[in-house]
Amino acid sequence: MSEEARGLEEEKGEWEREILETAMEAGHILLENGAEIFRVEETIDRICRHYGVDFANAFVLSNGILMTAGNVREQYFAKVQHIPVSGAHLDRVAAVNQLSREIEAGRYTVEQARQILKEIQNMPGKTKFMQILASGIGSGCFCYLFGGSLADCGVAFTAGFLLYIFVLFVSGPRLSKIVGNIAGGFLVTFLCTILYHLHIGEHLNYMIIGSIIPLVPGVPFTNAIRDIADGDYISGSVRMLDALLVFFCIALGVGLMFTVYSRVTGGAIL
Amino acid sequence: MISQILAAAIGTVAFSLLFSVPKIYYPYCGFIGGVGWVIYCSLIPIVSPAEATFFATVGVILLSRLFAVWERCPVTLFLIPGIFPLVPGAGVYWTSYYIVTGELSQASVTGFEAVKVAVAIVLGIVLIFELPQGVFTAIAKMAPLAWKNRRNARVKMPFIHKKKNQEELP
Repeated sequence: MSEEARGLEEEKGEWEREILETAMEAGHILLENGAEIFRVEETIDRICRHYGVDFANAFVLSNGILMTAGNVREQYFAKVQHIPVSGAHLDRVAAVNQLSREIEAGRYTVEQARQILKEIQNMPGKTKFMQILASGIGSGCFCYLFGGSLADCGVAFTAGFLLYIFVLFVSGPRLSKIVGNIAGGFLVTFLCTILYHLHIGEHLNYMIIGSIIPLVPGVPFTNAIRDIADGDYISGSVRMLDALLVFFCIALGVGLMFTVYSRVTGGAIL
Repeated sequence: MISQILAAAIGTVAFSLLFSVPKIYYPYCGFIGGVGWVIYCSLIPIVSPAEATFFATVGVILLSRLFAVWERCPVTLFLIPGIFPLVPGAGVYWTSYYIVTGELSQASVTGFEAVKVAVAIVLGIVLIFELPQGVFTAIAKMAPLAWKNRRNARVKMPFIHKKKNQEELP
């Protein structure tokens, strides 16, 4: 093989590597932010195919991507990436989806696509205050839905508001999922019970139901169902287990507070 | 009734903010949440909670898929916030309440009810996602012209649009 041919070969390999890294990056952002497994696989596939890498294979799990490429005539490439699940930023999922569509339309070079992916990853989320406010408003609204009066909604708003401050500053960065959710359920019940005893709000139950809603694992639950329906049983069952665990922990937190309460007040049930 | 629907819509929008759904989709999320609750509420006097949840889920998912085709974005964006009012959070609460108060028969009744509601959601999601995408594309095509123009205006995400410096591919 001549010097020149080898140089070309290497350049081609380099280029392919770049494409695969880009596809991996796109998959990473999708998986991290709560996309379904089949969407991740399809996006990786589309990006590879569009840029002309035909022998790429990706295996996607709920917390990792395994990827190889190459055949006898092409260079081999393999990469494994562990992706811990973080919060759901659906705007990033939407953006990557849009990007893959535009890549297929032939609008970007690999370098440009990579640049945009980097930008997507650094997209500013909602501010903490907005999230806390949204949690409060959501709690208030759901309390009303389940039959609470306006005063109950006020209490649920307060409890949901404080709950999310706790989630964002204490349980999110410091506590494990299990302890965090137990503590969250406990905190909400505690706050509602205190306010109830100060004669704010009329229905303790509705107040608590409204304000635990921000803890409910809607994203893993929905994604688990869709993954299982798509035949991705491993990821689906892991996500379902995640959702059930969180449900169970919330219930445990609420129950714990009730137990403490009835012990303190000498057996009086709410 | 109207205030309840409004509460469902606002609650859904609040949760879509929590999951950072892009702002332009808030009206859709609110609408989907409202419709889901309307279906649930109007069926609850006639059928059991699980059945009502099933039909509400079907409504939510049909709308989510339709809007996803219209707006050309992942269906997850509408589905996750929209399904929230139907998820059995109250069932979980009552179950733990009855367990603590020692009314185990009540606890098993409510717990079983919560599981039934969850299964109803699962069934709704699985069934409607079996419908081929073509159905929704066909419906989207029948949309009035104003709708189509709106959709075309939104095909490009703003920040990607900004980045665009057109070069030919190698």
